Amino acid sequence: MVEYFLCMVLFCLGLYAILIKRNLIKIIIGLAIMEYAMNLFFILLGYKKGATVPIFSSLTEPHPEVMVDPVAQAMVVANVVIGLAVTFILVIIAILIYEKYGTFDIRDVNKLKG
Amino acid sequence: MIQVRILLVMMIIGAAIAIGSTDLICAIVALGVVGLGISLIFLLLQAPDLAILQLVVEIMSLVIMIRAFGMKDTVNIRERRFIATSISVILMGFFLVFSMAAIFEIPRFGSPLMKTSLFYLRNGFRQTGVPNMVSAIILDYRSLDMLGQVVIAFSAAIGLVLIGRKKIHASTANRAEREQK
Repeated sequence: MVEYFLCMVLFCLGLYAILIKRNLIKIIIGLAIMEYAMNLFFILLGYKKGATVPIFSSLTEPHPEVMVDPVAQAMVVANVVIGLAVTFILVIIAILIYEKYGTFDIRDVNKLKG
Repeated sequence: MIQVRILLVMMIIGAAIAIGSTDLICAIVALGVVGLGISLIFLLLQAPDLAILQLVVEIMSLVIMIRAFGMKDTVNIRERRFIATSISVILMGFFLVFSMAAIFEIPRFGSPLMKTSLFYLRNGFRQTGVPNMVSAIILDYRSLDMLGQVVIAFSAAIGLVLIGRKKIHASTANRAEREQK
């Protein structure tokens, strides 16, 4: 229970950065923190007490009942790579905004304001 | 597990430093603390494949972000917005309360529901011939999902080239103009 709660606190810190901060870099950092917290929550859900890695070391005597959840790990493998792609695209867009406006402050990015 | 709790508290402190710091390099390196801590937690929670992947991904994103943002100004945007801050904090308090209500409903930490996973664990080696069950799932049972992930990574690379190419062309054109002068 304490692990789940601390994971939610980490998610809330990322949410705070996205809601409050006006620096584009801080917003990207907040998004990365939220993504880490979500991946961690999946792995925490799949952990079994006293279990081992889901890799069969002895093929003649397999013990599938004492292994952690492999489906959650397979989902998180996809999530991590997609998060890296999202971070790269955001960094490139932030650099383009910096070249056009000369700042990372989102209050000055107002050419599209109607 | 007490180790996971200690690492989580360390990661929360790192995230707070990354959000509250006024120096950009300091913020990015503090984000690296969070990513490497999560890699250690994956290792403690019996997921070594993910620990290796997270380590590589974290170092790559750290290098890219320092290269992209380290040369820029250390912009220090101080704002005092008590109303917006207090409303956000109250909303996050609601989020924590409702998430705690949801957490008490799901299975406890250390005893997961494993209906699909037990099927994979019991029959996976016989059906696929791979001892590592995570590899067997992502490359055999759910290989269509893996195809989608590869498509996403490829389209991200194409997007990076398409967006960043304009900048490179502009810089080379400037250099050519300077050489002509």
